[in-house]
Amino acid sequence: MIEVDRAGRSFTVGRGSARRTVHAVRDLSFTVGAGEFVGYLGPNGAGKSTTIKMLTGVLAPTSGRLRVAGLDPTRRRTALARRIGVVFGQRTTLWWDLPLKDSFQLIRYLYKVDRIDFRRRLDELAGLLDLGSFMDTPVRQLSLGQRMRGDVTAALLHDPAVLVLDEPTIGLDVVSKAAMRDFLRRLNAERGTTVLLTTHDLGDIEKLCRRVMLIDHGRLGFDGTLDELRATGPDGDSLEEVVARLYTGSAPGTPAPP
Amino acid sequence: MVRTYLLLAWTWLRASAQYPVSLAMMVLGSFAVNALDVAAIWIIFQHTGSLGGFGLAEVMFLYGTADMSFALADTLFGNVDRLSHHIRSGSFDTMLIRPASAFVQMATDRFSVHRFGRLAQSAVVLGIALPRLGLPWERTWMVPLMIACGVVIFAAIFTLGGALQFLLTDAPEVANAFTYGGSALTQYPLSVYGEQLVRGVTFVVPLAFVNWQPALYVLDRPDPLGLPYWLRFAAPLAALLLALAAALAWRAGIRRYRSTGS
Ligand SMILES: Nc1ncnc2c1ncn2[C@@H]1O[C@H](COP(=O)(O)OP(=O)(O)O)[C@@H](O)[C@H]1O
Ligand SMILES: [Mg+2]
Repeated sequence: MIEVDRAGRSFTVGRGSARRTVHAVRDLSFTVGAGEFVGYLGPNGAGKSTTIKMLTGVLAPTSGRLRVAGLDPTRRRTALARRIGVVFGQRTTLWWDLPLKDSFQLIRYLYKVDRIDFRRRLDELAGLLDLGSFMDTPVRQLSLGQRMRGDVTAALLHDPAVLVLDEPTIGLDVVSKAAMRDFLRRLNAERGTTVLLTTHDLGDIEKLCRRVMLIDHGRLGFDGTLDELRATGPDGDSLEEVVARLYTGSAPGTPAPP
Repeated sequence: MVRTYLLLAWTWLRASAQYPVSLAMMVLGSFAVNALDVAAIWIIFQHTGSLGGFGLAEVMFLYGTADMSFALADTLFGNVDRLSHHIRSGSFDTMLIRPASAFVQMATDRFSVHRFGRLAQSAVVLGIALPRLGLPWERTWMVPLMIACGVVIFAAIFTLGGALQFLLTDAPEVANAFTYGGSALTQYPLSVYGEQLVRGVTFVVPLAFVNWQPALYVLDRPDPLGLPYWLRFAAPLAALLLALAAALAWRAGIRRYRSTGS
């Protein structure tokens, strides 16, 4: 479903003598099969969002190749958009000034969703994510939890085969977080939707992901099951301790290499 | 593409209708500001009988056609020059993940009726100027054509300005200088400017084809600079070439798009 082959993305930043190249992602390779639920972990600035932007065709890779749902994201961006759903936790993909239901209506048109399918799916999603009370509210007036539920609904109205989420639980309270997890788990189990999820919340990972990938400084540091991840540390270590050790590549507290 | 445009514009229009009073104020405001331009022309003619060799009705005609082209282009595509704002806020990322042209999404973003203020004003000016000119029928066909070509030229300049912002995310003003500067320049007969400038806007940035060259044909005037007669019919070609350049620049911009960190 997702194939990444030695993909890299660098940015030149700064001007004049301060000019340098930042390698946000380097030499990244992995594949994700249909129906998998994969957690994508990494400290701030590790390259998670950059990876997601390459997978969705927002950013062109500077090296390597990617394929998502059988398409090259950069070349076939709009065709790919119909096959995947994307949620950015930090910003909404909805229309800020429009009532939620107008946003959904627009999405129905843009994604060319059949009217009957749309009604059925919207009713189902609205029920599961409890959207009823704020369907007429402009997006800018929604609380973060409400907005996030709206965003997830918007990403799924066209029934994509792949759902990519960049920190979907960031800033959510305990109840919203639990509801979101429950929803994603069911989506994956019942519909077979492939899910790739970045998060800082190890709770998300423990509750949802069979497979975990860990990225640091733009490189893939670990790719395996949750149990294999735990097994990299001594018995009795919490997942937090295990992950922290992997981030720095050695003992916790050691500064990251430049 | 056209249907997507209409649908998005209509949705925004409906959303903006929630604030009818502020909308009416904005329409009136932009109407009034542009009316000052016309007042300035009228005052000039109180002191002199002609401007660059053209009478009042002729200058109003030049002003009206350029302004109508600009107003239409601005209404339809002007928002494209807000690209750097969308890049910085991250909302351009979200446009790219939707299965619709990012250009159309940019152009229609926050579409509202206030965009029509300037259009109404240019229609009034043309409505006054045209009957006074008493144009012969065999030349009037050029008027809608020149306005259409003007729309394409200004839209292309807006697009080039937007494309430039893929590189200069922090300097949208550079692009604005071209669009708004171009609109101001074409409001007067080009014969009031120096020869170098006129050649520049004929052959480099083809602003002379927004109204000046085709107007020479409509008004049946000799070219004060003595440029070839066929240039009067070259507006469609100029518009096409500029639109092509703009489309390529926009595509190249999207290729090179770098988003923002986190
Ligand atoms: N558009 C950009 N321009 C310059 N640097 C960027 C850009 N996007 C990301 N980066 C840099 O690339 C690295 C990875 O960023 P990102 O993928 O956002 O990390 P994460 O999402 O894992 O926190 C960071 O060092 C960040 O500063
Ligand atoms: Mg990120």
